[in-house]
Amino acid sequence: MRQGPSWFNVTSLVLGFSFLYLPIVLLVIYSFNDSRLVTVWGGFSTRWYGTLLGNQQLLDAAWVTVRVAFASATIATVLGTLAALVLVRSGRFAGRSLFSGMVYAPLVMPEVILGLSLLLLFVAIDQARGFWTIMIAHTTFAMCYVAVVVQSRLAGFDRSLEEAAQDLGCPPARTFLSITLPIILPGVVAGWMLAFTLSLDDLVIASFTTGPEATTLPMKIYSQVRLGVTPEINAICTILVGVVTVVVVFTSLLTKRREVRRAQDMRQAEAQA
Amino acid sequence: MAKKPIGPVRRDFAPWDDPQAKPYIEFRNVTKTFGDFTAVDNLSLKIYEREFFALLGGSGCGKTTMMRMLAGFETPNAGEIFLDGQNLAGVPPYKRPVNMMFQSYALFPHMSVEANVAFGLKQEGMPKDQIAARVEEMLKLVKLQDFAKRKPHQLSGGQRQRVALARSLAKKPKVLLLDEPLGALDRKLREETQFELTDLQYELGMTFLIVTHDQEEAMTMADRIAVMDRGRIIQIATPAEIYELPNSRFVADFIGDINLMECKVAAKEGEICRMTSVEFGCEIEVAQPVEAGIGETVWFAIRPEKVRISFDEPESRVNAVTGEVWDIAYLGDVSIYHTHIANEQTVRATVANRSRVVERPVGWDDKVWLSWDADAGVVLTK
Amino acid sequence: MPEQVSTRPRRSLGGWLLIAVPYAWLLFFFLAPFFIVFKISLSEIAVAIPPYMPTFDPADGWNGLVELVGGLSFDNYVWLTQDDLYWKSYISSVSIAAISTLITLLVGFPIAYGMARAPKEWRTTLLMLVILPFWTSFLIRVYAWIGILKNEGLLNQFLLWLGLIDQPLTILNTNLAVYIGIVYSYLPFLVLPLYANLEKLDTSLLEAAADLGCPPWRSFWTITVPLAIPGVIAGCFLVFIPAVGEFVIPDLLGGSETLMIGKTLWMEFFTNRDWPVSSAVAVILLLILVVPIVLFQNQQQKAAERGL
Repeated sequence: MRQGPSWFNVTSLVLGFSFLYLPIVLLVIYSFNDSRLVTVWGGFSTRWYGTLLGNQQLLDAAWVTVRVAFASATIATVLGTLAALVLVRSGRFAGRSLFSGMVYAPLVMPEVILGLSLLLLFVAIDQARGFWTIMIAHTTFAMCYVAVVVQSRLAGFDRSLEEAAQDLGCPPARTFLSITLPIILPGVVAGWMLAFTLSLDDLVIASFTTGPEATTLPMKIYSQVRLGVTPEINAICTILVGVVTVVVVFTSLLTKRREVRRAQDMRQAEAQA
Repeated sequence: MAKKPIGPVRRDFAPWDDPQAKPYIEFRNVTKTFGDFTAVDNLSLKIYEREFFALLGGSGCGKTTMMRMLAGFETPNAGEIFLDGQNLAGVPPYKRPVNMMFQSYALFPHMSVEANVAFGLKQEGMPKDQIAARVEEMLKLVKLQDFAKRKPHQLSGGQRQRVALARSLAKKPKVLLLDEPLGALDRKLREETQFELTDLQYELGMTFLIVTHDQEEAMTMADRIAVMDRGRIIQIATPAEIYELPNSRFVADFIGDINLMECKVAAKEGEICRMTSVEFGCEIEVAQPVEAGIGETVWFAIRPEKVRISFDEPESRVNAVTGEVWDIAYLGDVSIYHTHIANEQTVRATVANRSRVVERPVGWDDKVWLSWDADAGVVLTK
Repeated sequence: MPEQVSTRPRRSLGGWLLIAVPYAWLLFFFLAPFFIVFKISLSEIAVAIPPYMPTFDPADGWNGLVELVGGLSFDNYVWLTQDDLYWKSYISSVSIAAISTLITLLVGFPIAYGMARAPKEWRTTLLMLVILPFWTSFLIRVYAWIGILKNEGLLNQFLLWLGLIDQPLTILNTNLAVYIGIVYSYLPFLVLPLYANLEKLDTSLLEAAADLGCPPWRSFWTITVPLAIPGVIAGCFLVFIPAVGEFVIPDLLGGSETLMIGKTLWMEFFTNRDWPVSSAVAVILLLILVVPIVLFQNQQQKAAERGL
């Protein structure tokens, strides 16, 4: 019954994707606008990118953001992978439903609540706020995203592979490192990338949990956006969008190529047999 | 009385008939439950060295649980398992001298064929050159020398099955466990592989334990078969005995096709036992000792291929019944005649199609006589 | 000889450690803070650091604790019912989130359906196109709309140029802009689970329906839609729950008359520096969201058990 795509489907896809992409495309285009009036086209120019390089505050904020994102993504990946293992593998134990509740809740919890509650915790334990508190806050909610991503990878994992390794004389801990981890690695890497971008993006939680000396890029952008649209902001947004796009497109192309090659291999193997 | 050979196969290997023989694997009163479900129920079993042993049964009968307990993936709730005199309680799977070939093959997808086969040897800490030599030997054994560098996904189903076999044999385990080893192969390949496996087991002189739901597979390969149902073993015997002398209606029904008739014991004269079947309206005589008193209910079981079908009325009315042909299944090599006899009962008779042309073939609605020899059927009391 | 009688899998030390590490982290950094929020919501604002009282000093021991409990009160909650700013914020948050979720569903369903029915070789690419905006900054995507929606913005320029209007429309700083912002930002959250659901739909079911004499438009309603319900529910939760507490979108796109509780909480905290009242606001918000969150979790767990 494979018909060509119907006009309805094509229309909804075209409209849907235009809706998703048009705002970003316009933003990118206007970042190359020579005019300071953002909505009036004044010719092509890259001068706003030049002024960015001269903005030390912005660069500092970017550096803080990247460091926070890197550290929190890494810790969140470790904790999130452990949490996923617990969810998929540990069977029943006392407090299991509380645990899965704590893993799924941050996915939908409004950020203002997460931010406020973590801030009050840091105040209660008298922890000076800054880089470390943002990092811990980001780790906490990002690890739940990592857990969900890794969990779906683990759910499709054939347990008999681990049993086979143990059957052949490999103790459990070594089995995890030599069999399980390599196979779920794509999920773990995707989890890390997700955690990294979540941390990179976050405004609300960082605003609550930061201290005077740590300002992240989203906070910087937010304070300028409140004053109005400027070409510099367009430029910095374009850079961020560009970096993310390149990384995501590149990785998904790599995965796709690997899948295609794999499918070819399998066809050949069956044909030769 | 000397034991008459059962079935067409003569075998010299029969340690289970020798009371002196020491079992190689022994399950002693093993029970395993999963929550409310009893997978294995107080089960005892002895398997001997160099034996090709099959656990046969439907899904959920406990056969896979038995194998997984031997491999160490499940812990029995009660009872003990011995291997070559050693109690396996508390021994983790990675320290047990058994290897398993998994139903899904469980080939490590991120490793080459070579690395898969070498994996177990590496765990032992075997020197590299010895590993290489052993891997080569194994790949030669399964005829995959040219595929050493391939990844599992670059192999066909049959090749993958052979890699899994090579990997589980590489460590020279005391017992090789095969979990539905041929389930994923197509019919033709499966038949070939059955013989390959039997030959391999004979050559290597190893003990094989196979779990399967496919009776043909078990009958072709195994020295002995244990038929399991709901966590219990119903019968342990050679394939021929299982087929010719089932010990219960369950086994008789599970293995192959069979006609079952409810009877009452009428008389016993020495070796001869006479019964009457009300449903079938006939007298049955068997030349076998029957463990039931006069008037007790028993079941007479007879395989369709042992029932003769003809137009002529036999001389004796004993072991004979008349009816009308209701349905004929023409299968090429044989035809199965479903004959309606008294009381809406059906008896199936299989006839080999020996020649292409038959002068007067039996057709639908023909009145026919069905008869059998006194030693063709078997009386079941369970 | 030891008889092993165990019904539960024996867990090794490593097994317990595996559970303990992420568990402890979440208990301390996710669950414990809620109790602190609750405690502070019962305190009074004070000109101090931290800006609330009473505070607990472990040095005071038991008496300190007694005094602390005695000093707590529900005054802040009473205050929330008295000032209509708060309950209006709650109601308008829920209604804005609900309306936006409905619009998101109406926009998202055709997209997910179109993706699931697209030729197989396109699907990965389409999927990537939906996920890509999700990876780019939320703030940037909201910001992009300011330039489009404002009075001298691109949308008004375009409509003026077409001659459809002769006065610029005021869209920015209205609730309409908030709807647009929420629909835009949360669209991928709805499309993804819905697509996953629709893609799994066996086309032979539709063929069977057609074979039994059911025209396509009816099999869409009797087969496709009912089977897509789990995806619809998951997607709607993923949009509705965070949207209720949304701050960035109402703050940047909404106007002064746009009341949303996230924004109210933010103002209370950062502008008025009233930590106890903002804590009370958070507690009530959490209570409102508890039911949908629990429903969402049950749904997720069920999905995880089915191996999605």
